[in-house]
Amino acid sequence: MDTSTRNALCTILLLAVLAAVLYVFQKHGTEYQIRILNNMAIFITLAVSYNLVNGFCGILHLGPNAFITIGAYTSALLTMSPAEKQLSFIIEPLIWPLSVIQVPFAVSLIAGGIAATFFAFLISFPVFRVRGDYLAIVTLGFGEVVRVLCNAMQSLTNGPLGLKGLTPYTTLWWSWGVAVFTVVVITKLVNSSYGRAMKAIREDETAAKAMGVDPFKHLLLAFLVSAFFSGVAGGLLAHLITTISPTLFTFFLTFNLLIIIVVGGLGSTSGAVIAAALFAWGGEALRVVESPMNLGFITIPGIPGMRMVLFSIILMVVILFARRGIMGRSELSWDRLFTALRLQTKA
Amino acid sequence: MNDFFQLDNLVMQFGGLTAVKDFSIIIEPGELVGLIGPNGAGKTTVFNMITGFLTPTSGRVLWQGRDITGWPPHAVTAQGIARTFQNIRLFTDMTVLENVMVSFHHTIRSRFWKAMLGLPSHKREEKRIEKEARAFLEELHLGHLADEKAGSLPYGQQRRLEIARALAARPKLLLLDEPAAGMNPQETMELAKLVREIRDRRRLTVFLIEHDMKFVMGLCERIKVLDYGITIAEGSPSEIQRHPDVIKAYLGEPKHA
Repeated sequence: MDTSTRNALCTILLLAVLAAVLYVFQKHGTEYQIRILNNMAIFITLAVSYNLVNGFCGILHLGPNAFITIGAYTSALLTMSPAEKQLSFIIEPLIWPLSVIQVPFAVSLIAGGIAATFFAFLISFPVFRVRGDYLAIVTLGFGEVVRVLCNAMQSLTNGPLGLKGLTPYTTLWWSWGVAVFTVVVITKLVNSSYGRAMKAIREDETAAKAMGVDPFKHLLLAFLVSAFFSGVAGGLLAHLITTISPTLFTFFLTFNLLIIIVVGGLGSTSGAVIAAALFAWGGEALRVVESPMNLGFITIPGIPGMRMVLFSIILMVVILFARRGIMGRSELSWDRLFTALRLQTKA
Repeated sequence: MNDFFQLDNLVMQFGGLTAVKDFSIIIEPGELVGLIGPNGAGKTTVFNMITGFLTPTSGRVLWQGRDITGWPPHAVTAQGIARTFQNIRLFTDMTVLENVMVSFHHTIRSRFWKAMLGLPSHKREEKRIEKEARAFLEELHLGHLADEKAGSLPYGQQRRLEIARALAARPKLLLLDEPAAGMNPQETMELAKLVREIRDRRRLTVFLIEHDMKFVMGLCERIKVLDYGITIAEGSPSEIQRHPDVIKAYLGEPKHA
């Protein structure tokens, strides 16, 4: 059996195991466990797509929350029934075409992705005129603008009231299906000639140009692909928590994603997956430190916010001991795993 | 008028400073031309104007009957002019093989979505690129280092890799910016041999900047000398060596009692 067949079989096996685990949780898991798993999948999608721009292209883009917002609102507005919309938009009615449209969930997710991609395309021209800190500020500004617009444009977004009572369409199959698809597609892109061109831009933009790589075209490609998946994930998020409002998509969301990809390793898809999973699970697991503890001789009252303190400490430890994140720029692969196993058995 | 390559009265001004003034040259296919001059004479500026990193204040860059003045660098490369850099600019965190493969990217025909879905047509192209890139590495005796990180190579091999990478872009005109900088005499000699070999085998035209006089005089068939942005001499190596203005530019004026 040659290695590519072996790797393909291993991948299928892994997906089957994942499917089995999801099935078990879907059947017998508590609502709380299912919620964590859904969060995990959505964060994996977000982190992997965000990492495409920040990790592989070496661009400090600070506005993914804008694309998540756009995806969430688009998708939510498209799945709500006309009657629900009429009930929700009490201050100002929803503008015409949106007020009567209702589409299936899958279509709304894709529409959310496309809407996010469209806005990414619009801002890409000013964004990629600059680099470094300036680019960070432009994208940060865009994220804020979108949030403020969501507050202000009542006839489109229902303003600060947000959209409530969305149907919880997001199941484990949806969220994990999207996550797996995102990881596969982005991994393929990154390992292709296009991905090499992106990495070349990250390493040395001048040299990349001299070797015939058009930086704008490739940064745009990464930016749009990333925005698309962020938009889809936004749609999933909206139909998971069923209530969205502008306060949900502040810079804090971007900040969390940035932490995830830095801890995972900028420029490593497997790193982003691991860190996103740890973040979604760890955030919940660490809740115990916020409950009152009785250590026998001393009773510590529950301190709300304690888990963020612990989280920050873990973050600092990771950065201190693994400066380039958990994975650095390397990837987990079957080849590496089997090589490691062979060395183990030989030793 | 020459159809292959011609620079026509290039001028580059940075504010009040004229870095290059009225630079003209005609290069015939297959020639090996050198550009020399003291530090700050404007040699690299000439290269930057050819490759689109700088847009000349006035003048034209003519390439195969086309005016390519002010084209973006990637478009110039796609037209068949590749360059190396004075200070090595490799993609240090990528492997040697990947460095060379980047130069093939502008030849790729399958669209990005084919790459994302991993379609067979794209995979075939990837295979072709990898095979050709390995052939280039073999040609420059870097084949055994294909999977090393470019940044971990010793200096001389990094220079060699830069040349391999530029060659992989399939140029008809190769611009080398101080290829022998920082090399010891032995390496310099090998490099001269390599440049001549590549030129002959690939029927390339080479235009190079170099400080090492022995290297330039031994390798180039024609030399142009720049000083403070002005062309002060042009001719064969032996003519240049005797030219009074060149001696003055390099050694200063003799003192008269």
